Amino acid sequence: MSRGTLFDKVWDLHTVGTLPSGQTQLFIGLHLIHEVTSPQAFAMLRERGLAVMFPERTLATVDHIVPTESQARPFVDVLAEEMITALEQNCREYGIQFYNIGSGNQGIVHVIAPEQGLTQPGMTIACGDSHTSTHGAFGAIAFGIGTSQVRDVLASQTLSLSKLKVRRIEVNGELSPGVYAKDVTLHIIRQLGVKGGVGYAYEYAGSTIEAMSIEERMTLCNMSIEGGARCGYVNPDSVTYDYLKGREFAPKAERWDEAVAWWESLRSDADAAYDDVIVIDAADIAPTVTWGITPGQGIGVNEHIPTVEELPEGDRAIATEAYQYMNLQPGTAIQGTPVDVCFIGSCTNGRLSDLREAAKVVQGKKAAATVKAFVVPGSERVKQAAEAEGLDTIFEAAGFEWREAGCSMCLAMNPDKLQGNQISASSSNRNFKGRQGSSSGRTLLMSPAMVAAAAIAGQVTDVRKLL
Amino acid sequence: MSQVKTVSGPGLPLKGDDIDTDRIIPARFLKCVTFDGLGEQVFADDRTQLNGQHAFDQSQYQAAEILVVNRNFGCGSSREHAPQAISRWGIKALIGESFAEIFLGNCVAMGVPCVTVSSEVASQLQALIAAHPQTPLTLDLESMTVTMAEFTAPVALADSLRQMFTAGTWDATGQLVAQSAAVKATAANLPYITWQSA
Repeated sequence: MSRGTLFDKVWDLHTVGTLPSGQTQLFIGLHLIHEVTSPQAFAMLRERGLAVMFPERTLATVDHIVPTESQARPFVDVLAEEMITALEQNCREYGIQFYNIGSGNQGIVHVIAPEQGLTQPGMTIACGDSHTSTHGAFGAIAFGIGTSQVRDVLASQTLSLSKLKVRRIEVNGELSPGVYAKDVTLHIIRQLGVKGGVGYAYEYAGSTIEAMSIEERMTLCNMSIEGGARCGYVNPDSVTYDYLKGREFAPKAERWDEAVAWWESLRSDADAAYDDVIVIDAADIAPTVTWGITPGQGIGVNEHIPTVEELPEGDRAIATEAYQYMNLQPGTAIQGTPVDVCFIGSCTNGRLSDLREAAKVVQGKKAAATVKAFVVPGSERVKQAAEAEGLDTIFEAAGFEWREAGCSMCLAMNPDKLQGNQISASSSNRNFKGRQGSSSGRTLLMSPAMVAAAAIAGQVTDVRKLL
Repeated sequence: MSQVKTVSGPGLPLKGDDIDTDRIIPARFLKCVTFDGLGEQVFADDRTQLNGQHAFDQSQYQAAEILVVNRNFGCGSSREHAPQAISRWGIKALIGESFAEIFLGNCVAMGVPCVTVSSEVASQLQALIAAHPQTPLTLDLESMTVTMAEFTAPVALADSLRQMFTAGTWDATGQLVAQSAAVKATAANLPYITWQSA
């Protein structure tokens, strides 16, 4: 059993008590809600005549269903309009802060809370969205929940949970040029499998992680869930504090030193005990691309699609299903696979640093005529900051469309969808069957720079050739 | 609150590893403000592609109440719409090799037990159900076994979760709200709550 880790410390500090079942009643410091997984939770509150216990500890935004071309209200999609209206009404009725479209604060829930300084070390954070693990980048314990649990947090600001085990994933060494945080997470998932993290919180550590910016750490923690881990975190350090300082919800000057001292005290102890430890060498990580239908089916861009014989017994059935669905041949190179759509965005890779890296690749070049390429900033603030640097101009000059903020084609609940069996190069997080809006659509996951390179070449290519 | 000690009914074998919640309920069906009607949409795209041959469409399984699955079922998105769709179709319990964590938590909150069995037992059960679709299975959370005619095998479930089903406390809201004084005391001891209210 783990002891002395940040996870243990934060868990203990937020424990209200032990429930008769033996589960822990855990206090949730920050609750984030959006339009897709909250309406039924509010309906349950009404049915039971329950109030919201700490309305000031919940924040709402709209991200999944928002169109990224015209955001004029009412939305053309009447179901989307009904959902945003329900959220507006629920927030008004229960006194919850809502960052609506046009407020300057709207965006993907996992982008806006960090950029406003709401996400802080030592917090527990829950949201009806599996990518809540993103916030672990700050040394928070953050995880996704379902709608009944959203109801529980609204009603009591707590959840009934069993404690997770803690696995330390240590990545050491310098990443090669053209290798990004996205490649690190795809590499980890490839190594440990898509269910390897079930029952665990992941603590990411080692010199590679320490050298990462907070935005890179967010990319890494974001995809913990794709590896089966409900939560992943990085111990807070000067990178974290420098990012937070001065943001509107961060502790103010007179509290700052006290806050840093508290955050430091939460870091995993040098002699902390872990349930498991894995060590990875950064030198082994190449630009990585998925070829299949689970995020664990990733390979280095210069590798070939594995044959059944090359895979462990337990991975063969899903690989066979993937060859068929993807219509890709085992044993052939992934590089050179033609792509139809290139999508840069999402809670995994829709932040300013992601857009900068992609812009470096496309600057002065043109997207292939066969490709539809578009960029969806993660938030209104990201969009504004990117435009202030001229990134929109670079992308548009290269033939990319520059859109409004939202989740967009990561899960295609808005009009941005693949058509038929189109194949996308996507900076998002899931390559599941049908994920991007067409029941036969295909997704290749990769870093934003690799998506940019694919757009220029019209096919999967090694971004290092363009750097 | 209803206790869940045993679940009995015909089975439904659904083979495959890593079946994610996007497949269980594609995102376009999440455009709704209630869970009503989701039962009809369960596995919508998989069913269309199999043209009536998907287990959820096959006539012999239409009365099924226990779903038998393989590895890492329910991975991906946290959408409770997925277990809601399965439950509204008519499933009352799941047996599988392993379940994704958020999916499992959602099922608990809905009063739908998900128990695990070895890979061998999952395959045996799937074959038995395919051969005898009318024969009911019984999942017993007190003896922690699954029985189908002469076949019996042990099942596993974390003890805290087993307790929540057998004691009828799987819907935790009431218990959580009842502790409001202790919740406020815990909050008052957290430094960041003080900074923000200062």
